[in-house]
Amino acid sequence: MPNLARREEEQGSKMSGFQFEAPASVDEAVGVLANAAGNVRVLAGGTDLLVQLRAGIVKPDLVVDIKRIDELNTIRQESDGSFLIGAAVCGQAISENDALHKTWPGVVEAMDLIGSTQVQGRASLGGNLCNASPAADSVPGIVAAGAVCIVAGPNGRREVPVEEIPTAPGKTSLAKGEFVVAIKLPPRPAHSGDAYLRMIPRTEMDIAIVGAGVNLTLDDQGVCTAARVALGAVAPTVLLVKDAGAALVGTKVDEAALTKLAAAASAACNPIDDKRGTIEYRKKVAGVLAQRAAKIALERAGSN
Amino acid sequence: MAKFHVTATVNGEEVEYLCDPQQTMLDVLRDELNLTGTKEGCSSGDCGACSVILDGRLVCSCLALGAELDGAKIETIEGMAEGDELHPLQQKFLEEAALQCGFCTPGFLVAAKNLLERNPDPTETEVRYWLAGNLCRCTGYDKIIRSVLDVAAEMRGS
Repeated sequence: MPNLARREEEQGSKMSGFQFEAPASVDEAVGVLANAAGNVRVLAGGTDLLVQLRAGIVKPDLVVDIKRIDELNTIRQESDGSFLIGAAVCGQAISENDALHKTWPGVVEAMDLIGSTQVQGRASLGGNLCNASPAADSVPGIVAAGAVCIVAGPNGRREVPVEEIPTAPGKTSLAKGEFVVAIKLPPRPAHSGDAYLRMIPRTEMDIAIVGAGVNLTLDDQGVCTAARVALGAVAPTVLLVKDAGAALVGTKVDEAALTKLAAAASAACNPIDDKRGTIEYRKKVAGVLAQRAAKIALERAGSN
Repeated sequence: MAKFHVTATVNGEEVEYLCDPQQTMLDVLRDELNLTGTKEGCSSGDCGACSVILDGRLVCSCLALGAELDGAKIETIEGMAEGDELHPLQQKFLEEAALQCGFCTPGFLVAAKNLLERNPDPTETEVRYWLAGNLCRCTGYDKIIRSVLDVAAEMRGS
């Protein structure tokens, strides 16, 4: 079969051998992950992992599919108004959840920007976070939202701010045996709004040159009482820019405050030069996008 | 290495297969189940040639493992026509010449069918965004988009 042989050679893409497990509960998954020898990868939607496996970028000894666990596939709103989004819930299911979309439009829109319809049918919030790409579109949105991860591991469960999960491109702070079960979005005060914008050179399906998420809350007089600004693709990990959020607090999010926010956002950037954008461009655009996202968040906060 | 025994429903029929952990859903469809209508293009989720519907959602079959699919409900291009009767989208693609080489066509048809099941009255913009993950390197996209819009209008009318 010369044709087949040539095809495999051309693609050079045979995945290396690995074992596969699909545990049905969180406890079972922790057991499998904690007892595994060698390199282990957790499989949620697979839209990054399968590509990495095929390209030989990762060569695990074991792949653990967490989609058999009900909790991982569920979106739930708690009585205090917080949302628990199972780490493997796909983007399309997140977009279809009306209550979530209404409460956290920025989070939902950020997730929805990832990939094609086909990718949206599989890709998950937990996977996007744990893949730890600096340019992950959904991550600035959930960092700005003040979300925490529910992490399960051999010592039980713990809550971790989402920004503490990625530590470097492709690396996370998760210990052996741990995995992300859900992402928890906090209860939402009245007059709150969020937004995420990204810069790409085309209209669809590209990797962000810069991404900016803003989440803010106003009081009854329209004065900002809390604000969080997060940036993607301008540093080795997604950044929470505390100075940029602080620039809005105590103001009516006027032009002067927005100018301070933009300056703080640009100053926080530590980007690379690459084919998608230069350092100078990324710094400039980070300020511009953060400002625009803040204006959208402001408008949304004013309407609820 | 032990093979996985998987039972799934493909185009309404229960099937069983054995697969290695390394085999993708696309490998299984083509090599184990002989359903070769689903095409391998990029194998990295970029081109959409391998599009299938998995538990109601449009996905790239190159981005799932065969071993993941126990209990899954899968729809492929082979399930689109009813016997000798083409699906309206298939018929329209022929009538309006919405293909040249045909390699991307099964993926476009499966994706378009999934769209019209969810949204019987899409705008042109919605069709273009929905199908943005399906690449065609022959025709450009206008005839494809027009065919989908025409079928949507006809199906709403009937």
